[in-house]
Amino acid sequence: MIKFRAYKLLQTAEGKMPLDVSFNLEKGQFLSLYGKSGAGKTTILRILSGLTNAEKSFIEVDNELWDDSEKKKHIAVQKRSIGFVFQDYALFPNLTVKENLEFALQKKDNRKIINELLELMELGQLQNNKPINLSGGQQQRVALARAIAHQPKILLLDEPLSALDDEMRFKLQDYIFKAHQYYKLTTILVSHHLPEIFRLSDNVIHLDKGKIIKHGKPGEVFSEQKVSSKFKVTGEIIEIKKADIVYIVSVLSENNIIKVIAPKDEINNLKIGQKVLVASKAFNPLIQVIY
Amino acid sequence: MIDLDPLWLTVKLALIVTIILFVIAVPLAYWLAYSKSRFKTIVEVIVTLPLVLPPSVLGFYLLIAFSPENTLGKFLDHYFNLRLVFTFEGLIVASVLYSLPFMVNPILAGFKNLPASLKEASFTFGKSTFTTLTKILLPNIRASILTGIVMTFAHTIGEFGVVLMVGGSIPKETRVVSIAIYDEVESMNYHNANVYAAILFVFTFLILLGVYIVNNRKRNISLL
Repeated sequence: MIKFRAYKLLQTAEGKMPLDVSFNLEKGQFLSLYGKSGAGKTTILRILSGLTNAEKSFIEVDNELWDDSEKKKHIAVQKRSIGFVFQDYALFPNLTVKENLEFALQKKDNRKIINELLELMELGQLQNNKPINLSGGQQQRVALARAIAHQPKILLLDEPLSALDDEMRFKLQDYIFKAHQYYKLTTILVSHHLPEIFRLSDNVIHLDKGKIIKHGKPGEVFSEQKVSSKFKVTGEIIEIKKADIVYIVSVLSENNIIKVIAPKDEINNLKIGQKVLVASKAFNPLIQVIY
Repeated sequence: MIDLDPLWLTVKLALIVTIILFVIAVPLAYWLAYSKSRFKTIVEVIVTLPLVLPPSVLGFYLLIAFSPENTLGKFLDHYFNLRLVFTFEGLIVASVLYSLPFMVNPILAGFKNLPASLKEASFTFGKSTFTTLTKILLPNIRASILTGIVMTFAHTIGEFGVVLMVGGSIPKETRVVSIAIYDEVESMNYHNANVYAAILFVFTFLILLGVYIVNNRKRNISLL
C-alpha cells in the first residue's frame, strides 16, 4: 500500500501553480496519471522517487516512511525501492544492453534475473549492443527491463511510449503489462493516450492544474454520464468533414479510423484533437466528448 | 649544442600541473554543473578569470602573496618550509591557477551536455555519487576530458607572463622554454631561440592535431 500526499509550488508557463495531491494505491495495482502537459504528472513521479523535493510531503510505502516533511524525514533516492523509466529512456551510452541491466543490480542481488529479463523482453540477440545501435522500441524495452532488474517495489513510467508509433506502442504495452504481472509490481504510468490507459490500468487519476479532478476506474473517470450502449470505444477526432446536410467525424482509436455521422448541432461541441467516446445504441451512433 | 634543461622542465611542469588540475577540476566541474548554490556564479567567474586577465596581473598578485614578507608567504615559509617565489613549486601553484579554466570549462561543458536523467537513473539503482561519476558520467564525457587534459597541458607549456613574474629565469628551477626563448633573444642568440621556438611550435601543433583527430572520429561514431 502506497500513501502519497504532496504539496509543491510549480513554475509553469502561466506562472506559479500549486501541485496539491493526495492518493492511496494498493499493492499490485496499475495506476495511470492522466492530464494535460504541465498538470504535474511527472512531478508526482519525481517526488515519489525522491528526485524532486516537495514543500510538504508524506509518503509511506508498505509501512515504510519515505517522506514526512513534518517530521523532517526524507529518504534519499538511492534508498527507495523504485524503478524509473524516463521519457528519454536514460540508457547509459557507454554500456551494452546487458551491462546496462547489470548496473542496476546491487552486489547481493541474484544475477539470474538478467537472463530472465533479456528473454522476457526478447533482447537476447541485442544484449551485446550499445544503446546507440538500437531502435526506439528496443531502447524502450531495455529501459523497462533495466528498471525492473533490481526488483523494485514500485515501477514508475514517465510517458515511455510517447515517442513511438502506434504499432510499436501497442506491442510495448504488452511488454509493460507482462512485466507488471510477472513481477507483481505496483506500477504508476504517466500517459495522455486514452486507449493505453484503458488497456493497462486498474485505476486512473485525472489531473488538471496540479489538482486531482477524478480518481477511479478508467471507464468511470472518462465518461460524464453512464452511457448504456451496445459497444463503445474511445479515440481522438482527426477530421470533421461536411457531407450534404450532415457531418462525418473521423475518430482514431488504436489503429482504426471510425467514421461517425453527426448532425450540425452536435458538431458545434467537437474539435479536432478532442478525446471522444463513440458508442452505438441499437441504431444510432453517439459521439461524446470526454476530455 | 643547446641546453635541453628548459625543455625537460617545461614538460615536467606541464605534466604535474595537468595531473593536479584533473583531480581538482572533476569535483569542481561536477559541483558547478549540478549545484543550486548561490555561490555558484561567483565560483564560475573566479574559475574563468584567468582567461581574460593579463597573465602579468595574476603573476604580480601571486608574487606579492607568495613573498615571505607577507602573511601567506610567511605562513608557508614558517609552517611548511615552502617558498613559492622563484621556485619550481611556485611555478606549479601559479600554473594550476592560470590553467584552471582550460581544464574546468571543457569538463563542465561535458557534464552540462549529458542528460540529467543519466545521473538520476543511476541514483534510482541505489548507486552513490562517486560510482555514478566514475562508472557513468566520466566515461560518457571522454572527449571533453581529453580536450581538458590536452588544452591544459598545451597551455601550461605556452605560458610566459605568470611564469616570468613568479619564477623569474633560474636555470633548472624556473627557466622553462618560453622564458629561455626570451632570454636567448635578449642576448641576440637567434639560432638557439629559433631551435626552442621550432620545437615548441611542432610539439603543440602535433598535440592539437591529435586531439582534433580523436575527437572528430569519436563524434562520428557516438552521436546520440
